[in-house]
Amino acid sequence: MSVNRVKNLGLPLMNLVKLRGTPILQQLLLEERLLRSSSDNWCIVNDGTNLLTLSWVCLGTVIVDENTLFVSLICNRNDVPDVQPYPRSVMAWSGSLYSEVFNGIADFQLRENDYVFGDRKFGGNAQSITRNRWIHHTSFLWDYSVSNMAYLKLPSRVPQYRLERDHTDFVCKMKDYIERSVFIEKTIKAVGTQFMLKELSLDEIDDSCREHVETTRLLTLDELKETTTRSESIAQAV
Amino acid sequence: MAARFLWASRAASHLRISVAQRGFASVVLKDLKYADSHEWVKIDGNKATFGITDHAQDHLGDVVYVELPDLGRSVSQGESFGAVESVKATSDINSPVSGKVVEVNEVLTESPGLVNTSPYEEGWIIKVELSDAGEVEKLMDSDKYSKFCEEEDAKH
Repeated sequence: MSVNRVKNLGLPLMNLVKLRGTPILQQLLLEERLLRSSSDNWCIVNDGTNLLTLSWVCLGTVIVDENTLFVSLICNRNDVPDVQPYPRSVMAWSGSLYSEVFNGIADFQLRENDYVFGDRKFGGNAQSITRNRWIHHTSFLWDYSVSNMAYLKLPSRVPQYRLERDHTDFVCKMKDYIERSVFIEKTIKAVGTQFMLKELSLDEIDDSCREHVETTRLLTLDELKETTTRSESIAQAV
Repeated sequence: MAARFLWASRAASHLRISVAQRGFASVVLKDLKYADSHEWVKIDGNKATFGITDHAQDHLGDVVYVELPDLGRSVSQGESFGAVESVKATSDINSPVSGKVVEVNEVLTESPGLVNTSPYEEGWIIKVELSDAGEVEKLMDSDKYSKFCEEEDAKH
């Protein structure tokens, strides 16, 4: 039995970290550290982000601005035994979790690898899978500026359901479907049906992780050009 | 499925090994050893060639990038030494045995899809000089690995 399991309830423990306006790079570095150096389960909710001197950054087809919501789930494989440590299995699990969140609100579904309302994407996902743990990271498109969206080019790899639609016809704004606070509350509640949640502050995290070598960093423009040919889910600073 | 078995037979013939007949399941080659993290090993004297199995590539989806280790780097049994990137996910590749990296499959940089189309042949990932030949005993043979895959898939 996992050491994180609470015996009397049978649910594995998960640490909940609620951030507000944490810079995206800081969040990603934190997630990498927690994935590689912690043996706990984690739910990280970043309510908006601080892009410092940037007005927005691009994460694939999702424009990230200060209103973007981020939710990441880091799980021990043994604490989610019905999920195989492969992308489709993890996404099927996360899709069912978010189905609870959006139940009765719009036509939510997991479509290929995206979260959509109907056929419009509002959430971009990325995952990293290690031997015994995995992280599922989602950037939720709360709102966007149509003029900023014009900067995006059509990626080389697109989901079939996109059907050659340009960005403005392909994505939608989450704010048109659900209140921000309601989304956060319902997400935490949905996670709480599978884990015993314990809220931690950022300061409390530092002591629970051992040292590790960071590999997350901003890409240079040359590296960016190389990666755009192979993946939608990349981080770039423009 | 017939096409997959034909591919496996050709691969086996080239490698001069026999194929375990698993019907409609993923391909497992006899005479290789397997880790529970779904990497395969071919031992040749004190050298070993690794890759990921047909089961793994099938579950990962289309591989778009393979992160290869540097030559001369040490790898340890069970520890990550690289990664494969498929759509929306990066997955660690774990070393089935310990040793020193003596060759990497540079072709994968331009053609990462070989991991999908030819996981036991052209999709090999690295070759190492073994540091502890005894570690091979901890790995599964083809029959045990086949059963392992069936049990894993049955649970989900």
